[in-house]
Amino acid sequence: MGGQSRNLHGLSLTAMARGIASGDFTSTELISKLLQRVTTIGSELNAFISVTADAAMAAAALADKARKSARRGRLFGLPIVHKDLFCTRGVRTTCGSRMLENFVSPYDATVVERLAAAGAIMLGKTNMDEFAMGSSNETSYFGPVHNPWDRALSPGGSSGGSAAAVAARIVPAATGTDTGGSIRQPAALTGTVGIKPTYGRVSRHGMVAFASSLDQAGVITRTAEDAALLLGVMAGFDPRDSTSVEHPVPDYVAGLDAPLTGLKIGIVRQHFDAGLDAECAARVREALAVLESQGAILTEVDLPNLDLSVPTYYVVAPAECSSNLSRFDGVRFGHRAADPRDLMDLYCRSRGEGFGAEVKRRIMTGTYVLSAGYFDAYYLQAQKVRQLISEDFRKAFAKVDVIAGPTAPTTAFALGAKTDDPITMYLNDIYTIGANLAGIPGMSIPCGFAGHLPVGLQLVGAHFTEQRLLACAHQYQQLTDWHERVPEACA
Amino acid sequence: MKAGWEVVIGLEIHCQLATRSKIFSGASTAYGAEPNVQACLIDLGYPGVLPVLNEEVVRMACMFGLAVNATIAPRSVFARKNYFYPDLPKGYQISQYELPIVANGELKIRLEDGSEKRIGIVRAHLEEDAGKSVHEGLGQYTGIDLNRAGTPLLEIVSAPDLRSSAEAVTYLRRIHSIVRYLGISDGNMQEGSFRCDANVSVRPQGQKALGTRAELKNLNSFRFIEKAINFEVNRQVELIVDGGKVVQETRLYDAARDETRPMRSKEEANDYRYFPDPDLLPVEIDPAWVQALRKSLPELPDAKKERLIRQYRLRSDDAEILVGSRALADYFEALAAATAAPPQTAANWVIGELSAALNREGLDIEHSKISAAELAGLLDRINDQSISGKIAKEVFEAMWAGEGGADQVIRAKGLTQITDNSAIEAIVQAVIQAHPAQVADYRNGKDKLIGFFVGQVMKQTGGKANPEQVNEVLKKRLAQA
Repeated sequence: MGGQSRNLHGLSLTAMARGIASGDFTSTELISKLLQRVTTIGSELNAFISVTADAAMAAAALADKARKSARRGRLFGLPIVHKDLFCTRGVRTTCGSRMLENFVSPYDATVVERLAAAGAIMLGKTNMDEFAMGSSNETSYFGPVHNPWDRALSPGGSSGGSAAAVAARIVPAATGTDTGGSIRQPAALTGTVGIKPTYGRVSRHGMVAFASSLDQAGVITRTAEDAALLLGVMAGFDPRDSTSVEHPVPDYVAGLDAPLTGLKIGIVRQHFDAGLDAECAARVREALAVLESQGAILTEVDLPNLDLSVPTYYVVAPAECSSNLSRFDGVRFGHRAADPRDLMDLYCRSRGEGFGAEVKRRIMTGTYVLSAGYFDAYYLQAQKVRQLISEDFRKAFAKVDVIAGPTAPTTAFALGAKTDDPITMYLNDIYTIGANLAGIPGMSIPCGFAGHLPVGLQLVGAHFTEQRLLACAHQYQQLTDWHERVPEACA
Repeated sequence: MKAGWEVVIGLEIHCQLATRSKIFSGASTAYGAEPNVQACLIDLGYPGVLPVLNEEVVRMACMFGLAVNATIAPRSVFARKNYFYPDLPKGYQISQYELPIVANGELKIRLEDGSEKRIGIVRAHLEEDAGKSVHEGLGQYTGIDLNRAGTPLLEIVSAPDLRSSAEAVTYLRRIHSIVRYLGISDGNMQEGSFRCDANVSVRPQGQKALGTRAELKNLNSFRFIEKAINFEVNRQVELIVDGGKVVQETRLYDAARDETRPMRSKEEANDYRYFPDPDLLPVEIDPAWVQALRKSLPELPDAKKERLIRQYRLRSDDAEILVGSRALADYFEALAAATAAPPQTAANWVIGELSAALNREGLDIEHSKISAAELAGLLDRINDQSISGKIAKEVFEAMWAGEGGADQVIRAKGLTQITDNSAIEAIVQAVIQAHPAQVADYRNGKDKLIGFFVGQVMKQTGGKANPEQVNEVLKKRLAQA
């Protein structure tokens, strides 16, 4: 009887799917319980920018009516929340920016469309660093998100709201985007699972662009199994995104049982250099030992240009963002300055008022590196180094199946601790950026705690090896229970 | 042109490709719709939307490349040209920069003195058009119409090989006819589907270094291009002769005043910050596909001209005029095939009467009021001497006015030529008898009076007597006695 008293919010997405299918509970029951958590814990954490309670309840009622339908999708009646840079028709899409505070998209992003078509019900849109530029969720116009493990700390970013919502058991799954680590780093800092697929695996159509050659959509969940379920729905070629790839989408869930025996795991020497917190290093080594105990073979590999990935990224990403964000000019949509004197005043004030400091910093950096006289020294040079980094990975994956290491150099840090020091903030992404530059898949899974804070293990693979990463993560989660730990006050 | 000075001109042609939809979106490219009804989210630069290349534009650009003997790049890249302007929705224009789809082409033009000259075509690249700002009727506001945003353009850049406004116009006309032969553009200059900017500089005869150039914009007819260049050349020469210096700038041509003047100068120099567009993959072209495309090209103006001269024994000048448009040449060939009259006669009528009538009413050959088959009917009556050339013009006008086919008009108006020799003899006899004084003068050596007698005979016959026969009979009868 216990629908009302059961801890439905503690279930994984897969378990929720089973519960609805078996008639154990209804979608309405599930969604309404989760919506309560959205308004309570979600508000405390500032994890949401918009909540779509009425639409979600209406969709759940419809799902329950159609329960007996033979054509139920894989995510029938299940909850999802979207990072607020996926365009959602009729629901505002802010990108965490004043610029788009009141922007309502007339169309759905492909990711949103595919998840909805599979039956998923959107509960709201999650807070994020402005235009996905940030590693702490502090650049959001809507204020920072608090880490459920310690509310004085940052949940990481830029998909901070998504990670916090999943870690706090508000929802079992959230979409995110990852340009330099924006899914994996917050997943690590909140003890959740985050996967950034191969560039081109998931359509970017309807995902507001930050750096087009690096941006990739993915998910944050608590289990690798749930990530596999969602990725199977989201992935695939989209004719509306020329950079999406026509490559078959495997049944990721079916592939989760692949054993670890014989899996060659590369350990990168440079990952354990100074800069990595000692406790984090210990947890990562322990996780590697667990994998080894199940038959995985650990091998050292070299990524000699790893230290160039952050500087390379901070040329390429701002260059692309400076151009991508030019469309926000106050003319057609978004923030428009009041009573402009003339065209230049309209441009300058609309953008000056609409964008926050970090976005402005990157637009200026990007404009600079693309300027005549600097282009060769910065942009072209960065593209060359990007090639070298890709080549490093290619060589490494000739020897190993997966590269494993830390996701972030430290556990969650205090809100405000790094806001005055962008360089230190940027270095938080040192282990994650390489996968974006090379366009390869990366994943973070919880692998223990340093003090009271979760530590993430990163798994990186060659192009289109999401299946292998998911299986490896799933096998690890069969042996550990880090993903089942619940932050205090979120039980 | 001032003696002692050399003019150097390079042209940049923006040719709108005749696709149904835009270069990166599915919106229509049709001209003349209400503002902003043909702009979809991609054209509006909405957050999250992405460009998807319309493959038809690649085929069209390659056809042009093949037509001017250019290299088709096996790999070309779209780049972003970044600048802020209200009618540029994304804040950048997608164009091609370092790796254009077409490079190193050439075109041979015929100069006034009959010689041939090679004009280099440096490159031709694909890009999207911007929208336009609208000022009329909006008071203090500026309106933006984005219907044109995303329209596919092929920008064709010539080498600075042109040495006069006449050469520039000849080159431009030939490019214009090529794109229309290929069917890749309607070439409509009034609607802006074929636009041209001219880079113009002058230098003293014999000087190697190029002078400073001015870029002329707003040249939307062949006549204006010629006038604008001429004005600009004179301006630059006079400026230099007076001790001044040409500054590198963009100048607008004002047709009403027939002058060029500097565009409002921008405070800062433009730095477009080109970089490869990460939303679009490089365009990769299979050489086998290019070969197949080459075989599918229609006959182009140069080849057609040679063939017309060879096949129909036309005068070179006439062939040149006929190949000016594919439709005109087609009309001529249909006419030549349908009539028993000599091809040169057919050419004369197409270039003469028919073109005059078309020009008079501002019609294209496609909209001629007399079809090739109908005109053939008229030429046949001239050829079989049923009517004279002079009468034929009268018949032509009646046909043009919709009074029916040649035979019908000739019958209705009773214009059949008098070729009966005895009838002509009788009239000639009557005329001679009626003008004894003139006959005497003629016989005393005033040969020119033959015209007077011919005129009298024609007056008697209403112009229907065969003029050659009249001439012949008159001379014979006047010589007698």
